[in-house]
Amino acid sequence: MMSGLVAWLMQVAAVTRFNLLTLPQRVGSSVSAIFGIAGVVAVMVGVLSIAQGILATMQNSASPLNAIVLRSGANTEMMSGLDGESVKIIAQAQGIARNEHGALASPELFVILNLPKRSTGTEANVPLRGVRENAVAVRDSFRIISGRMFGWGTNEVIVGRGANLEFSGLDVGSSVPVGSELWPVVGTFDAAGGLAESEIWVDAAVLQPAFRRGNSYQAVYVKLESTDAFTAFKDALTADPKLNVKPMREAEYYDSQATTLYNLITGLGTLIAVIMGLGATFGALNTMYTSVAARGREIATLRALGFRTVPVILSVLFESLLLALIGGIIGAGLAWWAFDGFRAATLNWASFSQVAFAFKVTPALLVQGITFALLIGLVGGLFPAVRAARQPVATALREL
Amino acid sequence: MKYFYLVWSNLKRRKLRSLLTVLSILVAFMLFGYLSAIRQGFNQGISVAGANRLVVRHKVSLIQLLPESYQARMERIPGVNSAVHATWFGGIYQKPSNFFAQMPVQPERYLDMYPEYVLPAEQRAAWLATRSGAIAGKVLAERFGWKIGDRIPINATIWFKKDGGATWEFDLVGIYTGVEKNTDTSGFFFRYDFFEETRAQGSGLVGWYTVRISDPARAAETAAAIDEEFANSPAETKTEPEGAFIQGFANQIGNIGQIMMSIVAAVFFTILLVAGNTMAYSVRERTNELAVLKAIGFSDRKVLGLVLGESMLLTCLGGGLGLVLAWLLISLGDPTRGSLPVFFFPVREMIIGVGLVLGMGLIAGILPALRAQRLHIADALRR
Repeated sequence: MMSGLVAWLMQVAAVTRFNLLTLPQRVGSSVSAIFGIAGVVAVMVGVLSIAQGILATMQNSASPLNAIVLRSGANTEMMSGLDGESVKIIAQAQGIARNEHGALASPELFVILNLPKRSTGTEANVPLRGVRENAVAVRDSFRIISGRMFGWGTNEVIVGRGANLEFSGLDVGSSVPVGSELWPVVGTFDAAGGLAESEIWVDAAVLQPAFRRGNSYQAVYVKLESTDAFTAFKDALTADPKLNVKPMREAEYYDSQATTLYNLITGLGTLIAVIMGLGATFGALNTMYTSVAARGREIATLRALGFRTVPVILSVLFESLLLALIGGIIGAGLAWWAFDGFRAATLNWASFSQVAFAFKVTPALLVQGITFALLIGLVGGLFPAVRAARQPVATALREL
Repeated sequence: MKYFYLVWSNLKRRKLRSLLTVLSILVAFMLFGYLSAIRQGFNQGISVAGANRLVVRHKVSLIQLLPESYQARMERIPGVNSAVHATWFGGIYQKPSNFFAQMPVQPERYLDMYPEYVLPAEQRAAWLATRSGAIAGKVLAERFGWKIGDRIPINATIWFKKDGGATWEFDLVGIYTGVEKNTDTSGFFFRYDFFEETRAQGSGLVGWYTVRISDPARAAETAAAIDEEFANSPAETKTEPEGAFIQGFANQIGNIGQIMMSIVAAVFFTILLVAGNTMAYSVRERTNELAVLKAIGFSDRKVLGLVLGESMLLTCLGGGLGLVLAWLLISLGDPTRGSLPVFFFPVREMIIGVGLVLGMGLIAGILPALRAQRLHIADALRR
């Protein structure tokens, strides 16, 4: 029994070795199969890395301790509106963490400015956020990376890292046109890759009159005492008859912001990858049929010598999987090299403003790409393998 | 043509290989067709924008509102024929993913401004007679299975009602169609007077204006005159041609077209490699036969033509079927189920597709064909 297995394995190894040794004779078709598969994997990983990048930007924005309060019925800050009175009541709710200055609640305004993109020179909706002192206190990841923080009460602005890279005229020392005024840029900031990096920040007290918002805001960001405090905080706000608001955990809010864009890109990317994969499978089938046909006599000879069907099938499969693996690794590597960290900005319909993000080729995507390549290799090798194994020995030997 | 049988027989020799090559080319062209429809969907409107229409919005950004009184002032500016306004309602029908545009407009003026929206006369009359009346585009009505007479509740996110409610109910009195197949019929319009009397805040403010000008050649001057009229007012304007405005939106999404085209290029490169390799292989396999053909009197050029013809036949079969299949797939409908305002196979892209089929057949076949042409009979026969 045991010796039977060993003999069987030796057969597999022998045929496989023989197949691989003859590979150089079929360089052309093997290389074209490898590149076919590499192309599919590169495109698939590349497109999906856009979706991952957007998702990561949204997730980096969320802190488990934080919550956001919008007007009920509003799904985004853009649509929301909260008057000064509501903001005061929200800041007094239970569950909010406090520091020496009081409750860590940050009322904010969110509007858009039309500024030209660096890449195309065409105008885009750049988010402009009006904040109070607490905005920095509720965001742990916020830090100034060049220049300085704007002066409170002045029309100075600071610019997120992503916005600075994507839109022109936002370098420290330049000025942003807002209506008939010019607002000087005095610093740039980083927010751990979060959404805030796409934004321009200014004192809310300056933004309110400039955009005719009176004493109103659009959202309140709060830092909670603990992650468990959210339920109490939410209940306190929703039970208050003077308020008409919707509190959400930040994670939940940012997820909802990313969903549409993520699904659209992932859906399209998958569709494209599947269709391309079909094309690559036909290519792989062709290569393997050619490869098997070219060795028809050799394979028949082996079988005449007593090699069994399964080792022959396995060896052909192995060759095809090996080609697919090489193609998959090349494609995934190419995508990683070309796309990982590539910066871009697009319009997020959910907030009607630009989101700057970096393409993100995650290890999971690489694995997914290589798995897809192996799948192509499996299908591409299986049929030719079966054919090789089933062709009558006598016929194959007689063939030229 | 008399050699067609010979070419065809060569393809039939290795049926499976020819079939697989045809199939992989088919996939490439199917993808090409499908992506061009998606790209068209993203860039919709640019090609259909009226040359005689300008869009006027708040200078700071589109979300800032403009006074309703600007309409009369604009219409007094020389070169302006008429001005209509629209406002972004941004409501939700049943659930947020059912996104579509809803806008309050002045019915008659709006339909006059956009002659590409076709509304039957009796439906137009019904709209004018019903304050809570609304009209929906054909694509939109089909998406949700709406029929005339339906009551459509939409939840406000920006515009709440005076009574504090968020649910606006509209009576669907008409379904408009497009003059051409690339007309966007995914919109939902209701009456501005109903909007104005019902909304809780923002009375007298509208989103943006569309202006028809008498002379498209003087568009830039007229745009400047409009912006001049409102300069130094609390709500300054920015006026641009409708095409530029829509193009601006398309650009905001990022260069979708470019991304799509680079994907198509990657696919083509891949398939070209596979097809080219197959051709090269089958020529090498037949070196002997080609030499025999030459020996019995086929000229070098004829042999070149035979091999090239074989390559062209393969790609035309695959590419042609792929384009037809893409067309069939596209007519099945939009993969995002309604997020793209239009979804069809543009004629221009079809022609480009046919050109690509021919080009690919040529490129894939040219090297093996040249090789066949240069074959020396004696050398080849000796192999």
